[in-house]
Amino acid sequence: MEADSKPKKSGARLCCVCNQNRAALKRPKTLEQICRECFYAVFEEEIHQVILENQLFKPGERIAIGASGGKDSTVLAYVLSELNRRHNYGLDLFLLSVDEGITGYRDDSLETVKRNELQYGLPLKIVSYKDLYGWTMDEIVKMIGLKNNCTFCGVFRRQALDRGAALLKVDKVATGHNADDIAETVLLNILRGDIARLSRCTSIITGEDGPIPRCKPFKYTYEKEIVMYAYFKKLDYFSTECIYSPNAYRGFAREFIKDLERIRPRAILDIIKSGEDFRISTTTKMPEQGTCERCGYISSQVTDAFTLPDTL
Amino acid sequence: MACNSSTCNSSGCYKGYVEEEQPKPNTKAAVNGGNSCQNLCVKCKVNEPVCCGIGGENSRFCKDCFKNNLYGKFKQAVTYNAMITPPDKVLVAFSGGPSSRVVLQFVHEMQYKAQKNYDANKDKSLPVFGVGVAFIDESSTHSFTSQHIEKAIEDIRLIVSNLAPPSKELFVVPIESIFSSDGIDGKERLKELLDAVSDVTGKEDLLSHLRILLLQKIASENGYTRIVLGSCTSRIACHVISATVKGQGYSLSADIQYVDSRWEIPVVLPLRDCPAQELNTLCSLDGLKIVELLNGPCSGINGLVSSFVKVLQEENPSRECTIVRTAGKLTPFHFNRVPEIHDSNVPSATRRHQKRYTLKPNGSLSSDSFCPICNSPLKKSNFPSSLRSHGSQQNPDLFASACSSCQFQILPKDPSLMEEFLSLLPQQMITKAKHGDQGNFSLLREQIQEFLFSDGENEI
Repeated sequence: MEADSKPKKSGARLCCVCNQNRAALKRPKTLEQICRECFYAVFEEEIHQVILENQLFKPGERIAIGASGGKDSTVLAYVLSELNRRHNYGLDLFLLSVDEGITGYRDDSLETVKRNELQYGLPLKIVSYKDLYGWTMDEIVKMIGLKNNCTFCGVFRRQALDRGAALLKVDKVATGHNADDIAETVLLNILRGDIARLSRCTSIITGEDGPIPRCKPFKYTYEKEIVMYAYFKKLDYFSTECIYSPNAYRGFAREFIKDLERIRPRAILDIIKSGEDFRISTTTKMPEQGTCERCGYISSQVTDAFTLPDTL
Repeated sequence: MACNSSTCNSSGCYKGYVEEEQPKPNTKAAVNGGNSCQNLCVKCKVNEPVCCGIGGENSRFCKDCFKNNLYGKFKQAVTYNAMITPPDKVLVAFSGGPSSRVVLQFVHEMQYKAQKNYDANKDKSLPVFGVGVAFIDESSTHSFTSQHIEKAIEDIRLIVSNLAPPSKELFVVPIESIFSSDGIDGKERLKELLDAVSDVTGKEDLLSHLRILLLQKIASENGYTRIVLGSCTSRIACHVISATVKGQGYSLSADIQYVDSRWEIPVVLPLRDCPAQELNTLCSLDGLKIVELLNGPCSGINGLVSSFVKVLQEENPSRECTIVRTAGKLTPFHFNRVPEIHDSNVPSATRRHQKRYTLKPNGSLSSDSFCPICNSPLKKSNFPSSLRSHGSQQNPDLFASACSSCQFQILPKDPSLMEEFLSLLPQQMITKAKHGDQGNFSLLREQIQEFLFSDGENEI
């Protein structure tokens, strides 16, 4: 994007939207020079449009926001409650947190969520692996080592969210998955040969035929912009990565996307677009995503959460 | 699709994830007397192995078995997809690199065998297919010394002349010949065109679109019926990722099949199942000369993708295969099969064989429109915009009829520069933009052809 063509006032750059305030930042998504107020406005408005166009919510619904204490879920909680007020979505919002039992990571981030509960006035519910399954991630990692633990954790967390959502009696769960996450997942599924997941991973709403549908209002929101928003608004969040993540295969995709964003910021949205457009036949023989025989939750087989522990 | 590695996983069961990252499997005990497999070719178990496939320890081959394994993949691709039939004249696109050297070698060997059969056969009904070679000289886009390029062309002539009998025609064509006017004019125009593209990746991609158009031109003007590319698994894996990254997910499946008939002369990829590493090994084993024309490393997105895939390969040598296999599960297009042979001179056995093995069309014939620049099929939702603008101006609304990727990385951002840009593009692209929608009419006509009474046209 070209800079504002107005003659520069002794080095001052003007916001390209309002043309009045000094530009405080460059938008990672578009490289536009923009002032803080206009950035907040365009950031919030884009999310509002995504919510409307994809009909994510209905008035009167009870929505649980998956809250980890990290930047994505904190900003999600903040923005959703703001938009709920501003545009009268008519939603009942809750914070829902999962405690996997990862020392030095989760215990700290939960403190952040407890503060968010007070700061945003949203009721909080915490569900823990210890209570649900009888063990913590730390204990699992001790048993299986540092490879594949992310797979286990992801499966357990999804079920924990479902359980928590059921306890809260909510209609939907909203998670803070952002554009970078989804782009990474698209690439990951190509690399790992998972055509079934590839066909599902770009859906903004998932699990509609299951107990609790889930949606991703940040599907088109760049991670860098979420960070920027949280930074400028001085939002309270926990900024450390999970201690087990350096070994994750996802790291390859993440590095690549970071490099990509540097040369072509729109590539992240282009990956998502590709993911949406892939010609995957609905008649392609794919592993069924049905419901678990034992407990009824969405699963590829007997709930992974039941069989996975058997392999431990 | 054959893949040498035993670490390829299938998706679905969570076990696939757990085993996915397992270290590469150990060598299995040999059949005879528990000897360590290290000392024998895994295929014939007789000779000493001299090289490895991408399966690492599991695929140590002797020279003959290694070559036969690769040639076997090539032959299977050709037969299974009816790529080359007796009446065909096949143009091999030769870049000088290892993949195109191998495909040229294999096509030659296939032709040689066919010739011997023909000579030995009393019944001369099945002619031997013809083979030509095309080398596109892109020196005008780089700063090579003319000495360098002349030496390279000499080497190529020597390679081709040594691949006889049967003899093969060699076309050495400068890239600027894509424009009807060539010589200095063409060079200038090409330079102007490429300079008008500000995006580095766009420039590289535009050049490759021009390349394929030129190959089409050479083939068409010289009576060739097929174009053979040496695209190997590795190259296709890179294309899968780069197409995804450029937002071309819809058209991706069109580019990576064995056969691509959306062009006037169908393009075939017989080395689709061969990893670059193995093709490189074959070149050194067999002493196949490679002509290194350093076209410069790819930069921009293409270069980034290629480094990324390289890193992945180092981590797991079967990754390229997995990428191509995943993309292979995407639904191809109706043009991803050889056109039906209506030539009654072709033995009916061959026609039946071809009918059996060509891909079934995807439901009803979808009437695709194509991007005039990269020829990628456009998703239906693009239709309304191109129809609206069609016929309303002197110049075709190139912007509206192009795919979103070309709109972003190739076409000029400033609308006032569009007209000049159009004047620089080769005629083939402009014509396509004008008649883009009419392509659909001919497709529709094809469906109802048999019911039409048309004067002066031969019925089949």
